[in-house]
Amino acid sequence: MTDATSQSPASRHTVSLFTPDSRTKARNAAESRFRMYGLVAVSIGVLALVVLLTSVLSNGLGAFRQTFLAVNVTLDPAVLDKTGNRDLEDLKKVTTVGYGKLLEIALVAALAEKGISTDDATVQDVTGLLSKEAPAQLRNRVLADPELVGQTIPFKVFATGRVDGYFKGRVSMESAALDSNVTPEQLQLADKMRAAGIITMGFNMAFLTGPDASELRPEAAGLGVAILGSAYMMLIVLVLSLPIGVAASIYLEEFAPKNRWTDLIEVNISNLAAVPSIVYGILGLAIFINFGGLPQSASIVGGLVLTLMTLPTIIISTRASLKAVPPSIRDAALGVGASKMQAVFHHVLPLAMPGVLTGTIIGLAQALGETAPLLLIGMVAFVRDFPGAPPEGFFDPASALPVQVFQWTQRADPAFVERASGAIIVLLVFLMMMNTLAIILRRRFERRW
Amino acid sequence: MSIGLLSLILLAIAGIGFFLGRQRALSAVEGDPRKLHSLPAYYGQSVSLFTAVPALLLMAAWLLLQPMLIEGRISALVSEGAVAGGTSQELIMSDVRRIADGLDRVMEAGGVTEADLTDMDAGVTDVRERLAEVGVAVGADISANVFEAAKAYRSQSDFLHLVMAAVVLAVALAGFLFAYLRITPEFRARNVFEIFVMTLLIGASLVAVLTTVGIIFSLIFETYHFFQLYPGRDFFFSLTWSPRFGGGSQLGIWPLLWGTLYISFIALLVAVPVGLMAAIYLAEYASNRMRSFAKPAIEILAGIPTIVYGLFALVTVGPLLRDYFAEPLGLGTSSSSVMTAGLVMGIMLIPFVSSLSDDIINAVPQSLRDGSYGLGATPSETVKQVILPAALPGIVGAILLAASRAIGETMIVVLGAGAAAQLNLNPFEAMTTITVKIVSQLTGDTEFASPETLVAFALGLTLFIITLGLNVVALVVVRKYREQYE
Repeated sequence: MTDATSQSPASRHTVSLFTPDSRTKARNAAESRFRMYGLVAVSIGVLALVVLLTSVLSNGLGAFRQTFLAVNVTLDPAVLDKTGNRDLEDLKKVTTVGYGKLLEIALVAALAEKGISTDDATVQDVTGLLSKEAPAQLRNRVLADPELVGQTIPFKVFATGRVDGYFKGRVSMESAALDSNVTPEQLQLADKMRAAGIITMGFNMAFLTGPDASELRPEAAGLGVAILGSAYMMLIVLVLSLPIGVAASIYLEEFAPKNRWTDLIEVNISNLAAVPSIVYGILGLAIFINFGGLPQSASIVGGLVLTLMTLPTIIISTRASLKAVPPSIRDAALGVGASKMQAVFHHVLPLAMPGVLTGTIIGLAQALGETAPLLLIGMVAFVRDFPGAPPEGFFDPASALPVQVFQWTQRADPAFVERASGAIIVLLVFLMMMNTLAIILRRRFERRW
Repeated sequence: MSIGLLSLILLAIAGIGFFLGRQRALSAVEGDPRKLHSLPAYYGQSVSLFTAVPALLLMAAWLLLQPMLIEGRISALVSEGAVAGGTSQELIMSDVRRIADGLDRVMEAGGVTEADLTDMDAGVTDVRERLAEVGVAVGADISANVFEAAKAYRSQSDFLHLVMAAVVLAVALAGFLFAYLRITPEFRARNVFEIFVMTLLIGASLVAVLTTVGIIFSLIFETYHFFQLYPGRDFFFSLTWSPRFGGGSQLGIWPLLWGTLYISFIALLVAVPVGLMAAIYLAEYASNRMRSFAKPAIEILAGIPTIVYGLFALVTVGPLLRDYFAEPLGLGTSSSSVMTAGLVMGIMLIPFVSSLSDDIINAVPQSLRDGSYGLGATPSETVKQVILPAALPGIVGAILLAASRAIGETMIVVLGAGAAAQLNLNPFEAMTTITVKIVSQLTGDTEFASPETLVAFALGLTLFIITLGLNVVALVVVRKYREQYE
């Protein structure tokens, strides 16, 4: 050290250590640049999340609010029930055309009552504001309660998608002028009706409970069948993948001898976790539908395919939580005379259970959002009927939440973009609930040894 | 007897068996369980297992084999007349099944008895109308021998079901008696039970292997069919993809492979720098507060389903790129493009790359960092010259895994990349990928006779091999690297 000081040139002493030389400056600049890159990268990640969620929310929140026409409908027995005995079979013979007439009469009367002149709008314009689904809505209401015939009831029906879009800012006077489905005059009329309180906007329960609707009736499209189908599939996935996954992990972690065969199984499982999901769809199509003869677009096939997809996730997380249980527990159980099986099932597994359940819920959440394999097994079919009660209902055609989103993106009417985003909000809410549950389970019950 | 009822009966017998078995074990030692080899409950369990399991297995096997057996016999009945009419044997058989099913429902609805049915004749009675009443639609007119076949199908399957119920119940009772009579105080009931449970555990772990076998088997089998109908040379070397369902289609894989690789490349170009830098920043620089906020936020991105990213690409990113980049630059007018899909897929992969890199960076021993700081290196120099070289194999593994993800990703490219199969360098053009074509060739079509549908399996096999290769290499690299520091 003394050599070093004695040899240093005199010029070095003229610069204070606190004044950085050019090399230090460059190094410090490189340091802060690098730091900034990192910060930018993190911000890009966070920003992407924010933009993604805002885009979905801003597009989709509208789907939960809907434009309704509130009118007092007189359910004329002369039209609905000519025999007069309120027999359900007779009532069913009246088609939606009859109900459409009643709605038309009620609407014109409501306009007259509020003093809205119908000079420039013909009666056809007025009925054009109604959704094509509206007569069916009224008919279902009457069939559910035949006693209503003969009464005058206040009834809320959907307005058409275009009027709905007008109040949500999707349709403007200019676009209406070019549109064959709606005219600017109709929109002006809708403005007046809104001022008079005939047209209202409110929460749209039917979006969550109703079935899908055809291309021309975006206002009536709902998620009911999709939510039910997804629920069925999740039930199947849970019932199959939890026991199979736990059993497989117990064998591999606690009993399996270390040899080439179990090595193969392990490599296999970690590879299965990384197989593209669409390949599972091909598997489902080839094995379950073509070879096994199960029906297309049924939730049982979807459930089976998703089970196979979820299994590796569950096995990997279950093995991790089994591994986390300290060997002293097993030794103590064996020491008091328990068999190996008893030690595992009575002591190790219960202690590992919180971790197992957390892994299962996360696996289920993954399965809930999976789309591609379901497309291949025919879940894209247009399904309007609710599947029956399980277990027979598992074999009925159904839809699923993510597939419903995909279907709606394939339709031409821009109103369906709003529906698709709304469906995604519903999907994300379910995912959030599941993940929160997983976090709570982990926080509350997981033990650190 | 329905299958549900039969299984309920089996379970009931097994339940009774449990109590009887335990009772017998206890009474053999005059109620003193200390003289038994195992706990009393194990004796009960061994009886229920021997009752239920063989019977249930037999029932499953029977249900699987019976349709094949009957079909073989019935198709002989319909073959001559029907195939001449130009329809395939398979379609006829599905008609037969449907009619048989419909006849069951007609009888349930009432009005027809078993005796009526035997007299019923396709020519005389209007069968179609009857079936339509119960909601079974039959396409063409029902010919006499198809209807006869349906009737035969019905009676045979009814008969076989009855036989099955009898045999299954007999097996259950035999199992019950065998296990029940075996019970003595010396009988090692726990060992029997544990061997059984062990078999179950092994069986469960085989499901994973069976899945792989199923995937490989179905892919290879159908791909083989495809290459019988379509020359393999054209598939591997042709540069055009234009399927025509009328025939004469060109199914070259190169446009699809190019689109897949191009989109994945752009995705990795986005995800790798961002993910890696984010991981480095969060591991080496970020304050605790920032880490506790930013890390979960980035991880949320990983939990969002791909359909959400797909819609994001379709509705937000696609039009944005078209209006502000592609059209002003004169590069294209399509909102679905390689760039759209690549960018969004890159966002999807950010958390994947960052969480894997994070693990790997944290696995680098602290002593290496301390040594570097001790020599006077700045944190960034430490990262660049010590940590990254040490973590390199792991990071390469992470990138390979991300690449395999990108290649197998479906929904983002279905909604964001378009459907035009072309070999093009312009990133603002719509291109298509292997996964998109698998979806479009297979959805809504279940007839596996044309090369246009079967090509999806060849594409699937290609995809499977590519991703499997990447995964295996990545796993090997990561595993090798881990051994270094542990």
